[in-house]
Amino acid sequence: MALAHGRVTPAQIARTAGLALLGLLPVAFLVVFFAWPVVAILGRGFSAGGVDTVLADAQTWQLAAFTLVSAAASTVVAVVAGLPVAYVLARVKLPGVGLARTLVLVPFVLPTVVVGLAFRALWPDGGVLPLVLANAFFNVAVVARTVAGLWSHLDPRATEAARALGASPWRAFRTVTLPALGPALASAAAVVFLFCATSFGVVLILGGGRYRTLETEIYLRTVDLLDLSGAAALSLIQFAAVLAALALGAIARRRRENAVKLKQSTPRRPRKGEWWTVGAAAVVIALLMTPIVALLLESVSTPGGWSFAGFRALASTGTDDALQVSGWVAAKNSLAAATDATLLAMAVGVLASVVLVALRRAPGRLARGMGETMDAALMLPLGVSAVTVGFGYLVTLDALPGDLRTSPLLVPLAQALVIIPLVVRMILPVLRAVDVRLRQAASTLGASPARVWREIDLPLTARSLVAAAGFGFVVALGEFGATSFLARPDAPTLPVAVATLISRPGELNNQMAYAACALLMIVTVAAVALIDRFGSVRGHGSVGEF
Amino acid sequence: MIPRTARTVLGLATVTVLASACSLSGGSSGGDAQQTPTVTLVTHDSFVAPQDVLDAFQRQSGIKLKILKSGDAGELTNKLVLTKANPIGDVAFGVDNTFASRALGEGVFQAYTSPEADRGPQRYSVDPQHRLSAVDVGDVCVNIDPAYFASKHLPEPKTYDDLADPKYKDLTVAESPATASPGLAFLLGTVAKYGEQGWHDYWAKLKANGVKVDSGWEEAYTKDFSGSSGKGPRPIVVSYASSPAAEIGDDGKPRTKALLDTCFRQIEYAGVLTNSKQVPQAQKVVDFLLSQQFQSTVAANMYVYPAREGVDLPAGWAAAAPLPQDPATLPADQIQAGREKWIGEWRSLMGA
Repeated sequence: MALAHGRVTPAQIARTAGLALLGLLPVAFLVVFFAWPVVAILGRGFSAGGVDTVLADAQTWQLAAFTLVSAAASTVVAVVAGLPVAYVLARVKLPGVGLARTLVLVPFVLPTVVVGLAFRALWPDGGVLPLVLANAFFNVAVVARTVAGLWSHLDPRATEAARALGASPWRAFRTVTLPALGPALASAAAVVFLFCATSFGVVLILGGGRYRTLETEIYLRTVDLLDLSGAAALSLIQFAAVLAALALGAIARRRRENAVKLKQSTPRRPRKGEWWTVGAAAVVIALLMTPIVALLLESVSTPGGWSFAGFRALASTGTDDALQVSGWVAAKNSLAAATDATLLAMAVGVLASVVLVALRRAPGRLARGMGETMDAALMLPLGVSAVTVGFGYLVTLDALPGDLRTSPLLVPLAQALVIIPLVVRMILPVLRAVDVRLRQAASTLGASPARVWREIDLPLTARSLVAAAGFGFVVALGEFGATSFLARPDAPTLPVAVATLISRPGELNNQMAYAACALLMIVTVAAVALIDRFGSVRGHGSVGEF
Repeated sequence: MIPRTARTVLGLATVTVLASACSLSGGSSGGDAQQTPTVTLVTHDSFVAPQDVLDAFQRQSGIKLKILKSGDAGELTNKLVLTKANPIGDVAFGVDNTFASRALGEGVFQAYTSPEADRGPQRYSVDPQHRLSAVDVGDVCVNIDPAYFASKHLPEPKTYDDLADPKYKDLTVAESPATASPGLAFLLGTVAKYGEQGWHDYWAKLKANGVKVDSGWEEAYTKDFSGSSGKGPRPIVVSYASSPAAEIGDDGKPRTKALLDTCFRQIEYAGVLTNSKQVPQAQKVVDFLLSQQFQSTVAANMYVYPAREGVDLPAGWAAAAPLPQDPATLPADQIQAGREKWIGEWRSLMGA
């Protein structure tokens, strides 16, 4: 073993320097397409003055409090609903579990305007409750799949030992399983909290103007009022909240490093009391499917009875050319943009993960500190308003050659920003789990680092890479915030087409919108089914955490 | 050694980025890079024009028109303001009379008087330099579901005052002026009707009479309004004078009706951007937007009325969507001066 504990050799210094260089690529991407635009637009707000007035306004803090409390409430609902589903996905062998694993992801990609309208149908007056539930609805999948990823690897013998010593099932769960799941739970909760705290369309539709959040207010002040200093002040508060959520998630993840030894466990039929959990999961999945079924029904119902007119109209551009291209072309655009975004995000995300792992293993506080800073920085795009990034592009990107501001490349770029954090969160834990000794042995035998990566890391992480790519693809398919901002009319994606169609009067446009929505769900289900088939070990989830 | 790894990964990354660039450029037309000048028209999301008309313009003028949609009228205006030093296009269409003063005050547009402007658009002129030319007019009006009133044996409401009448309690749905442009137009209509002070009283009465405020037109029209596909509970909604034209039943008659005494006129303008690098071509695009050819498409495609006189409307519009004779309106300067203040006051008044 050529490992020099406590002493830093020149070779190691050179290695760290090389890593830093490699790390520059993802960092450069984030700086050019995220930090620079965001800082530029916030800078305009600050230089206009008045930021302190907004920060001193009591209403601002009410807004912040409502944002945080409602996001926390949605997170709790998503966690409580996601846990039994995670259990079933990880531990239970019953017909239909595979289908449930696929279906549970569908809500995550539905256009927010459609989900908002679906919840409006159930709660016509809007309000806090449907708002909290709708945000949770989108994110149950995050909890279920993240936690299931770890749960299916927990050694069941610890629980069995506790039971043998006389602990009740609940006690065994609370004292043995739950602490072991803690890191995955906290990590999922942090991501869900970020999504809920920055959700826009749902709050606008279900809050009905009465309930506003930092995100809707930033949007309003930027887009409608051009009050950039007000928006900058609110962005600061949002930014602080995001950093806090990230810090909590990071602390929880670090604890995972000391977690119990992982082992693949085999799902089996539930026994006695476990059926209650299965029943709870079934109820959750049924509830998740309710709006989805309602949307499917809406796409085939007309005043004159059932009809596939909406689906047939997808071949057209809608009544009076509501769209500039047909629904099918929009679907094709979605697939193309999501493919580009995924390739881009994988390139940046994998590179970033490789560097992060190496930095963590590298000796010295500096390298480790760099690693942790970069890890947190990679998550930031999830917590910054899409409108801030979009308006930032307008004031910065003309400085780049080719004036990217109106380029069709912007859509995949912006989508990649959203999915890079997810890709990193999914790949990183698996890369970290690769046994260091294997790599060292290979190095000792004379393999170059590239060869080590190719022969050891790549085969061991291939499935997670596929899973991350697939998941990123699905998220890019459904991405609406940034896309709606940047998509060009001759190249709308499906969610953008849905939003356009639903904002025009006329029966057929309405049906076509819901049909396009159904199409989006079908594409998603197909994509998720493929990921789960090729991206998981022995047919059950190792989609990792995100 | 690290450099080799770096090279491998860099290579991979480059290939990936190139691959993604390829699949994209496959979609856009990189082919005809001949001498055809391309003029970029920045417009709002509701812009729709038949492709054959756009193609005909390209054939006649030798100008290739690239259309760039950028949000609603407000978002479009603000984007133009932010990028005025180096605009994202050459010509813009869709800044309306509620935002015209901001755009003009910021110097977004340059002077140009189209030879087509004397065919009607000049009626809506906003400044003596003619930096903006009116392209279309659309009225935001209260719409009703006549079937509801017939079934309840209730007379149909006609005026703003009727909406505050207890007879029509809990029947109206409107949009927030803070988040929806028809909502803003409706608020401006009440300001024009009741004055800068009087509108507060009117809205207090509306609130007491159970008006429901949604954040967007979609929820109000498709979920709460009883006359649309959503079959909601409320028979009175704030929408457009042209909306009934989209609600024509199997018998060829519209199922909804616009109340022509409750309208506020929105006028949409086009103009050449100040720092455009192709001013003569951009001017030709303004001429095109005011031409008979383009003007005859706006009613069917964008549910608005052409600014040009003597343009035929689609069949059925005379019955379903007549242009209101006497809509309310406010001077652009007054709107610019009052918009944010009124929205703020409205929010505290309505608790929204």
